[in-house]
Amino acid sequence: MAVYAAPGQPESIVEYAPRYENWIGGEWVRPAKGRYFENPTPVTGQTFTEVAQSDADDVELALDAAWGAAPAWGRTTAAERSLVLNRIADRMEANLEKLSVAEAWENGKPVREALAADVPLAIDHFRYFAAVIRAQEGHSSEIDGDTIAYHFQEPLGVVGQIIPWNFPLLMATWKLAPALAAGNAVVLKPAEQTPASILVLMDLVSDLLPPGVLNVVNGFGAEAGKPLAANPRVRKVAFTGETTTGRLIMQYASENLIPVTLELGGKSPNVFFSDVAAADDSFYDKSLEGFAMFALNQGEVCTCPSRALIQDSVYDSFMARALDRLGTIKQGNPLDTETMVGAQASNDQLEKILSYIDIGKREGAEILTGGERVDLGGELSGGYYVAPTVFEGNNAMRIFQEEIFGPVVSVARFTDYDDAIKTANDTLYGLGAGVWSRDGNTAYRAGRDIQAGRVWVNNYHSYPAHAAFGGYKHSGIGRENHKMMLDHYQQTKNLLVSYSDQAQGLF
Amino acid sequence: MSAPDPGRAEVERVAVTDEAAVLLRELRGTHGPLMFHQSGGCCDGSSPMCYPEGEFRVGAADVHLGDLDIGAPETVPVWMSRSQFDLWSHTHLTIDVVEGRGSGFSVEAPTGRRFLVRSRLMSDEEAAGI
Repeated sequence: MAVYAAPGQPESIVEYAPRYENWIGGEWVRPAKGRYFENPTPVTGQTFTEVAQSDADDVELALDAAWGAAPAWGRTTAAERSLVLNRIADRMEANLEKLSVAEAWENGKPVREALAADVPLAIDHFRYFAAVIRAQEGHSSEIDGDTIAYHFQEPLGVVGQIIPWNFPLLMATWKLAPALAAGNAVVLKPAEQTPASILVLMDLVSDLLPPGVLNVVNGFGAEAGKPLAANPRVRKVAFTGETTTGRLIMQYASENLIPVTLELGGKSPNVFFSDVAAADDSFYDKSLEGFAMFALNQGEVCTCPSRALIQDSVYDSFMARALDRLGTIKQGNPLDTETMVGAQASNDQLEKILSYIDIGKREGAEILTGGERVDLGGELSGGYYVAPTVFEGNNAMRIFQEEIFGPVVSVARFTDYDDAIKTANDTLYGLGAGVWSRDGNTAYRAGRDIQAGRVWVNNYHSYPAHAAFGGYKHSGIGRENHKMMLDHYQQTKNLLVSYSDQAQGLF
Repeated sequence: MSAPDPGRAEVERVAVTDEAAVLLRELRGTHGPLMFHQSGGCCDGSSPMCYPEGEFRVGAADVHLGDLDIGAPETVPVWMSRSQFDLWSHTHLTIDVVEGRGSGFSVEAPTGRRFLVRSRLMSDEEAAGI
């Protein structure tokens, strides 16, 4: 057990600058209007640094830098770009603890999770794209004996990326690694709730990338996000967030005729068939852990398994065991390595979760555990903590249909396979899902029948770089992770070549 | 366009708190007439997004829930996607404001405050009017 010293204390391994500017063209650049906003930690609610409050002028400056760098970066060899990504990964690995503490302090997540998942996954993601870009090949087609179609991948140029606040470093990496590997220059806007850990990362890797290849502009969506998303000098926009902003970004993209990648969340079903309880063994234990996964990252995960569907015949015994399991979860100081559930990322997030708990009660759902804000005492009293909460109800209730983005699961029964699939698919979204069964046929069929881009079978919340991630239905457009992601950041150039001396015979 | 069904027009679906109305009047001074579109999904989903009127293009996929009287010459229309409305229609919404840190491209974010929807079930009388 260890408790990391809070940033700001002399023995802390993270030292924040009192103020961060924008990272543009390989240097820190003051925001044009000279404005900064306060950045509080959700751990205590206290401000720990200030960050540039940018607007359209700063976005233009970043785009100038990106377009200045893009042609040369796009011409580097895959081997050169791969080396840069590997060096970024190595630098992150050498600073694993520092980045993990920074991420916990910024977002409120337990440092245990950042150390074991967020930062190692980000490191691996850079290495993965460093690898696949080396192995990527164009292809050729023989149209006839004298005519060959060659296909080459070329970078798009300059892309805009808007990052969410739930996994600041990992979500930035999901977007950056494929874009940079493919040879694009990037203008990235971190979430205004969580800008600082990305800026700590920029400080660490600033010497590894040519100036202008990666630019970070901070600020609010309305002031800095819109000028980026609507900018005619951006060749593609990638966004993770919610549906209304997703639609707005598509609307801007339609004006500029550019592609978008959107990841807009979900209301993921976690389906437990009765045979999980056929024996009280390690598999049953694993499935109970799978139920508790709704509390991972305080439920602030787009794929949070926030609807648990449990087969009638084992419902009571399963829920009794599941609630026991939840009782062992440790909620507390995010900088304590024993802590499993930390703080919600912001005050408005806390308020929103509490308002959902309220509407859940009004709709007649029963609270089986939790259902309230938690005061951890001392300095943590100012932080944003919610007890892991289990509601029992039915799928028509709003708590079953809307992404609460908190440690809240809504539980319902199902009778048989068809009932399970019908309820699982009765949602606007289709990002993630879980299926738990000892029967391979049932698990496979359910995995195929659930309309979601990622179905975890007998596991949950695993995010390997080599597995495609993205949504069906209102959960978005496009995929992240996997080498197929390179396509999202590349044009296809077709060279149609004739090796014949003969006229084509048309004129 | 997506005006609500005539039968629905009689029932108030959406209201605004005094505090939120004050902030809306303030924002109106900077941005001009305003609109809301209720979001769904991840991160800042389930939050009401406030834009300059016309910034967000509503269409046949949206429902006009009502217009908020904020004490300005014009009202503030509130919209929601039709598919989401199908799931929310049994609840009455009140747009409130809390301390908070930004969200999407909603115009209030830089003020350090954030609009929030509070919900209650429609009463039997209201439901009868739907």
